[in-house]
Amino acid sequence: MKVSFIFYFFEVVAALSALSLIFIRNVFYGALLLIGCLLALAGVYVLAFAEFIAVTQILVYAGGILVVILFGIMLTTKISGKPLIVEHGNKLSGALVGISFLVLIVYSLVGESFAVGQPSETPGDFNNLQIIGIELMNDFVLPFEVAGILLLISLIGAAIIASTVKSKNG
Amino acid sequence: MVKMFPIEHFLFLGALLFSAGLVVVIIKRNMIMVLLGIELMLNASILNLVAFNQLHPGSVNGHMFALFVIIVAVCEAAVGLAIVIQVYRYYQTSVPDEANELNG
Repeated sequence: MKVSFIFYFFEVVAALSALSLIFIRNVFYGALLLIGCLLALAGVYVLAFAEFIAVTQILVYAGGILVVILFGIMLTTKISGKPLIVEHGNKLSGALVGISFLVLIVYSLVGESFAVGQPSETPGDFNNLQIIGIELMNDFVLPFEVAGILLLISLIGAAIIASTVKSKNG
Repeated sequence: MVKMFPIEHFLFLGALLFSAGLVVVIIKRNMIMVLLGIELMLNASILNLVAFNQLHPGSVNGHMFALFVIIVAVCEAAVGLAIVIQVYRYYQTSVPDEANELNG
């Protein structure tokens, strides 16, 4: 079935780019791999009936965070023409923590059943976009406004932190 | 009727992404790579929220939490990169272990 193929294609792409992010040593390629992983995850979200989250993911990550991260890479690399190579440290402990965490989660997931009876309706029967719009203006209006204020504060704070203006006493 | 994929496959992918992000945070000796690992872990949690929301048709609470996680991730990336740039200007390095002025 075509939909199954697309779903597992996106899952494999996301998993492979996340795994190769561990082994890559070039920061620029790492950022590109992360964006590939996030775009594949947006495809997975669409197939999980979360279209609005998928569009938000593409807009925010590919349009916002990628640009910010690339600017960060350019600003923290010495202009020498050669790419920035990252060294690896704590290899043994990192591998130990990662593998044991993965084994822990997979062990606790295998054999569990998450089905809550037989739902008579599937998520595809609803217009999630309309429900999200209504919910954002009803039950979630306070977190919505607080999130707006948080974004404003963090962007002003980031601009102030990254600026080079020195105080008179400093 | 639209097909719903087994939820375990979402959860296994989320576990893999979270573990990969954890390993990246631990082993990379570059602050921007550490930030990339944190983004990966946040996305693994978003994937779990979206996946579990499938079990409750007609409710979008999981989607709401995912939206707010994305918003907080944006704030974290902006402030984190500003701090990385300032640390690079001050110490002339982007290796987190070398910024050890507070090391007693």
